[in-house]
Amino acid sequence: MEEMEAESDMLLPDERQIRNFNINFGPQHPAAHGVLRLVLELDGEVVSRCDPHIGLLHRGTEKLMESRSYLQNLPYFDRLDYVAPMNQEHAWCLAIERLTGTEIPRRASLIRVLYSEMGRVLNHLLNVTTQAMDVGALTPPLWGFEEREKLMVFYERACGARLHAAYFRPGGVHRDLPPELTADISRWCTEFPAKLDDIDNLLTENRIFKQRNVDIGVVSPEDAEEWGFSGVMVRGSGIEWDLRRTQPYECYDEFDFKIPIGVNGDCYDRYLCRMAEIRESVEIMRQAIEKLETVEGDVLARGKLTPPTRAEMKSSMEALIHHFKLYTEGFHVPAGEIYAAVEAPKGEFGVYLVADGTNKPYKAKIRAPGFPHLQAMDFLCGGHLLADVSAVLGSLDVVFGEIDR
Amino acid sequence: MQMAAKDYNRLAGYLRDGQSDSILSAEVEREELVVVAVTSGLAELIEFLKRSSECRFSTLIDITAVDYPGREKRFELVYHLLSMPLNQRIRVKVCIREDEVMPSITPVHACADWFEREVFDMYGVKFRGHPDLRRILTDYGFRGHPLRKDFPLTGYSEVRYDEELKRVVYEPVELVQEFRRFDFMSPWEGAEYVIDKSAPGKSD
Repeated sequence: MEEMEAESDMLLPDERQIRNFNINFGPQHPAAHGVLRLVLELDGEVVSRCDPHIGLLHRGTEKLMESRSYLQNLPYFDRLDYVAPMNQEHAWCLAIERLTGTEIPRRASLIRVLYSEMGRVLNHLLNVTTQAMDVGALTPPLWGFEEREKLMVFYERACGARLHAAYFRPGGVHRDLPPELTADISRWCTEFPAKLDDIDNLLTENRIFKQRNVDIGVVSPEDAEEWGFSGVMVRGSGIEWDLRRTQPYECYDEFDFKIPIGVNGDCYDRYLCRMAEIRESVEIMRQAIEKLETVEGDVLARGKLTPPTRAEMKSSMEALIHHFKLYTEGFHVPAGEIYAAVEAPKGEFGVYLVADGTNKPYKAKIRAPGFPHLQAMDFLCGGHLLADVSAVLGSLDVVFGEIDR
Repeated sequence: MQMAAKDYNRLAGYLRDGQSDSILSAEVEREELVVVAVTSGLAELIEFLKRSSECRFSTLIDITAVDYPGREKRFELVYHLLSMPLNQRIRVKVCIREDEVMPSITPVHACADWFEREVFDMYGVKFRGHPDLRRILTDYGFRGHPLRKDFPLTGYSEVRYDEELKRVVYEPVELVQEFRRFDFMSPWEGAEYVIDKSAPGKSD
């Protein structure tokens, strides 16, 4: 057999014997989901090696954070995974609250859950629809982005910004929600499932979509652990792992929701997981609003970490001094270290914070879920066709804000 | 539910007894299990933590370093591990000198690859046995290790597009005004005021 191959090789003209292409995928490519440069080594149309070059969006967030106060650092988190900004802020707030031992008011906790789940819907809508676009469908992004737009208006009505929210603060959330807003979100929660059904009908049993995704980029449960995956990347492979359930933070243990898991661990199962998670998130949002209606009270744990109320500042000199010191010097966090993680839409988003007792963090490490996911590109794409690279990349759900930091 | 603190105490005791050669201490701090290990046995320890039926830390969450320029062993490498089957976490810390080379844990956890590259990029810590120790986040041809405490926040070089050369050029950083590091620390809360007599009216 080998001899025959050797013989046929000799018969081939020279130029056909050596044919390993190296191509650059990105940095500017619509399916690269940002600024990613993939150096692909191709054997014919089959990918034999894939080397992602990242860091094109590196802004030195962790270095900058060491020179700014805890509160000034919060908006940097919006700029990490800019598809679901509040989920990142959440991890930072949790880290500070655990180090300082702050309990946040229940109303703030519910608002955080509401907006975290909104972030999950925002993220999954973007991911599912752009993944469809990567494999050739143009309609889903148009439908999905319309709903995203509505959600971003809810963001804006809560904090004044569509994307860079800076809404979750250490000790609670910045402002309370107006009652009309919760009513509007509630209405959206009843209208949205029909819109999601449209996308579902368009994609889930779509022949082309299935051909492009089923059995592509298969991850076994062992591989998922080996490569440090989290979030949908492990759930798609059938591991029941969701930090909201396994290591509950905030008040997630009060909510009734299901954790969808996949069977085959391919791109299609991950898509199905995301679609099911959107529905669960809408359900959590609905429950959160229901609970919010009965819970009154402040949304900030008044104390060292948070500003005094406006009314108090008008009458109390101490409150005025406190307000001034909080927004200039900032608050101090007792020396110590903590790792706080949340189940961000993309997986486990963690912050490792080393505090030295001053008003600035000594060291803050951001653990982005996309970083290990993208690292596995070589492992996932080996042996796949070039056209599958964009399908795999789409189902990894990468955003370069958080990977490059 | 995440493992209760008393279970972490039991696990800490188990590690202290079973791995006394490679572990200097195992404590529970703020409901987190923190283990300080020795450099030489680190790869074996991580392997043990992955395989042992009591631990099963099969997911590597993160590798990072912390720079303490004042210490003799300047860098503290921090490994975060997670066990999905047993729902527990651990933090392994190792202190190393600036010139020391770390053993790579890529044979144990494949995903350590990029994390170690990042630590190398940001802190200049080298890893023995790493398959491909290149820079990862910084620019092609970047010099220095940005997350070291002695690396200036503004960096050394800046880039701009040159209209005449029709390409991006690198130039040394030129600050229009001096970098201002505001010091709002209260004098009665431990701020160190070093008054520079030679330059009146200028603090810090």
